[in-house]
Amino acid sequence: MPALWLAVIVLALAGIGYFIGRARALKSADGDIRLLHSLPSYYGSNVAMLTAVPALLVLIVWTIVQPLVVNMHVAGLIPVSELDEGVNLNLVMSDVRRVAEGLQAAVAQGALSVQAAANIDLGAVDLRAILGSVGVALGSDVTMVTLDAAQQYRGATATGQIAMTVVVLMVALGLMGYTLSKTNKELRARNIVERGVKIALISAAMIAILTTIGIIFSLVFNTIEFFRMYSFSDFFFGTTWAPSFGGGSALGVLPLLWGTLYISLIALAVAVPIGLFAAVYLSEYASRPVRAFAKPLLEILAGIPTIVYGLFALLTVGPLLQRVFGDGGLGWMDAASSVMTAGLVMGIMLIPFVSSLSDDIINSVPQTMRDGSYGLGATRSETIRQVILPAALPGIVGAILLAASRAIGETMIVVLGAGAAARLSLNPFEAMTTVTAKIVSQLTGDADFASPEALVAFSLGMTLFVITLGLNIFALYIVRKYREQYE
Amino acid sequence: MTDATVSPEKTPKRSSLHTASDRTKKRNASETRFKAMGIGAIALGIFFLIVLLVSIISNGIGAYQQTYLQVPVYLDPAKLDKNGNRDPADIAKVSTFGYTPLIQAGLLSAVQDANIDTPLQTARDMKNLISASAANVVRQDVVSDPNLIGQTVTFKLLASSRVDGYLKGRVTREGVAEDKNINVDQLDLTDKLVDAGIAAKGFNWAFITGSDASESRAEQAGIGTSMLGSLFMMLVVLGLSLPIGVAASIYLEEFAPQNRWTDIIEVNISNLAAVPSIVFGILGLSVFIQFMHLPQSAPLVGGLVLTLMTLPTIIISTRASLKAVPPSIRDAALGIGASKMQSVFHHVLPLAMPGILTGTIIGLAQALGETAPLLLIGMIGYIATNPPGNLIDGFMAPNSAMPAQIYEWAKRADPAYYERAWGGIIILLLFLLSMNIIAIILRRKFERRW
Repeated sequence: MPALWLAVIVLALAGIGYFIGRARALKSADGDIRLLHSLPSYYGSNVAMLTAVPALLVLIVWTIVQPLVVNMHVAGLIPVSELDEGVNLNLVMSDVRRVAEGLQAAVAQGALSVQAAANIDLGAVDLRAILGSVGVALGSDVTMVTLDAAQQYRGATATGQIAMTVVVLMVALGLMGYTLSKTNKELRARNIVERGVKIALISAAMIAILTTIGIIFSLVFNTIEFFRMYSFSDFFFGTTWAPSFGGGSALGVLPLLWGTLYISLIALAVAVPIGLFAAVYLSEYASRPVRAFAKPLLEILAGIPTIVYGLFALLTVGPLLQRVFGDGGLGWMDAASSVMTAGLVMGIMLIPFVSSLSDDIINSVPQTMRDGSYGLGATRSETIRQVILPAALPGIVGAILLAASRAIGETMIVVLGAGAAARLSLNPFEAMTTVTAKIVSQLTGDADFASPEALVAFSLGMTLFVITLGLNIFALYIVRKYREQYE
Repeated sequence: MTDATVSPEKTPKRSSLHTASDRTKKRNASETRFKAMGIGAIALGIFFLIVLLVSIISNGIGAYQQTYLQVPVYLDPAKLDKNGNRDPADIAKVSTFGYTPLIQAGLLSAVQDANIDTPLQTARDMKNLISASAANVVRQDVVSDPNLIGQTVTFKLLASSRVDGYLKGRVTREGVAEDKNINVDQLDLTDKLVDAGIAAKGFNWAFITGSDASESRAEQAGIGTSMLGSLFMMLVVLGLSLPIGVAASIYLEEFAPQNRWTDIIEVNISNLAAVPSIVFGILGLSVFIQFMHLPQSAPLVGGLVLTLMTLPTIIISTRASLKAVPPSIRDAALGIGASKMQSVFHHVLPLAMPGILTGTIIGLAQALGETAPLLLIGMIGYIATNPPGNLIDGFMAPNSAMPAQIYEWAKRADPAYYERAWGGIIILLLFLLSMNIIAIILRRKFERRW
């Protein structure tokens, strides 16, 4: 029975359990609701919860574990000696799975009878053609070994399915019966249900942790795999980036890091002065209406998706810069995509980020410090420069670090605006590329996931993750410490 | 009285509050400069915003106009129905190649009927004016109604993207010298066709409702299918991130004891909010596609990845709105005998709901515009030509999403696609704008200050 239907049946059982449980509790109190420990609906919910939740958990775990177990079992049956030289067991197993799926589909669509599918003689029938006709394309003809394994696979899967149905239904019915038998007016149903809800709340909070663990595992395992094939020092200290999918690639990260830093630097050079001055003006000078008008307008810039900025860089800013600095003008620029293009546009994107963070921080400087400064006869700008900004400096540095981590992790603007060539150069009008842009290009090609050219993307991701995480933790630490100072 | 004998040149220089001293002037000037720089910074920021919006609108508005040709096509029975029995099965066997010459001949006859003087004298010369999609349009009509065969029917067909670009000013006479797809004579003819009323621009519904097209048929490409892809993705995001986010926030805000575990979870969430989106793409690729073998390019996978990305946003805003509900509400509920759980679910949560919804909508808007993770789970390089047939296909079948589609168009070589990309951005921004407006209205209408 398919898992989906099983889930529906379990839920239906839970629904029935709700009403029986509620009725049973009321009956045990002779219909007098005041004699019950909890409200009647809690007795019903208690039964429904214990019927559905454990059974569904078993169902989920089983669906995930069964293919792994079956896979290992069948892989153990394939004689290693029968494999051709250089053929990977994983590849054979994926063939086996496809044949098994194909046979299943063929039976389901009526291309083969159940009997015929179980006793296939490779000499007599063209299995590949039959499977092709039901939409399962195979790369090569089916060998005897593969077919045997596929039949084993099908058998084990079918047995597993039946066992799963039985176990899940038994769990559901058993717990339902047990809970119903316990249901009477003394049962502390509300406490049980609330404990269940609390566990659900805790597991929701755990998803944040699971996401982090998922990120770290997916990066670490693939990175380790990569460093098995490619030397550690060549990756971190190599100065050329020249992947070739035929093998013999040079995968040095330095040009990518340089591109990333250079673009981020230009972006910050645009965003920090503009953002900071805007924040100072908005918090110290602007009247209420001006503030109410200008602040949201600037924040629109933060709400625009990065793909829009990417297109803006590629099609508007790039050609504009090329007209000024390109062959027609100063002759410094060869193509529209360059470090400058991406950096400028990224700077525009970061303006509201810097300005609203600094705005908050400047506003949290105590008014007494301003008053003291004015009292000594300082002008507004002197107060800002000599009192407020020094006081707010740690927080502003934190804001700038957060903006830098944004810039380093930004993808779409550099993919579209910075170019694809990895270089170590000082000319900001040259095309360069970044860590994020290369992650995209290495993982969206047709590369085999097991090749170092694709796996390098994971170690690039790891590098990026570590850098941005470090910056964030440091920045948040500074901001938090600064806040405490004035609270 | 010795003081009176002091000579006048020895008196100290007297300053007055009415005339500013040099030093005061300098200080005031620097004050003005500082203030001017603040104004300048804000003006620059707003200027960038205006440039961005102007360039989006001026480049993208063209995608909503498309050039159509009114072509009378003689549906020749000798070509389309050789057996003469009007059998739908036979008619369906004639491929689009059978229709193309008829359409070209139709345009030639229209040119001749309108007495247009042109050096182009054969039907084949008309080829570059008509979209490659035209034959399919005519064929669909004929297959669905075989009785049309033998008549001359006037079809409204798409002009080719070069003709369209010429009328919109994108393609110039100087620029077509090396273009294989159009020549100057054909552009001259285009001008005359416009005068004769055969070619005209109309509103481009097909762009909003249509599907993506292959690289050579820019005039046919639309964003409708990828809009559906985005819709299904947002359904997944909403269905998962709202309940999980709210549950997690309730736990952290109302139940969690102050201990190291809770601290770890909190630090974790604030760090997740700052992880670059591309890293979430890597997570999606290796967990959902490599490990769990979910289908590539499916909106379900995109939705799952975006859910993980939006969760921190939703958790942070939900916690803020839970915190804004005053403790007196909780105390009152507990005081009349509610359990802790009942006080939260019956009293605190409903009061915090407007804030939670506002945060959710803003989180969804962020997710809708996110592109980078979608690139890694295979939502590019795939031409979404057919809208999903049913609900399950909507979640599981490969599709594109609006931002991924825009990226795909921006990457193509034909400049006709740039116009489409800008046009797509207009739609994307309209969606984001309306979501944000809904969020603002919700906040204004339901927010309570205690």
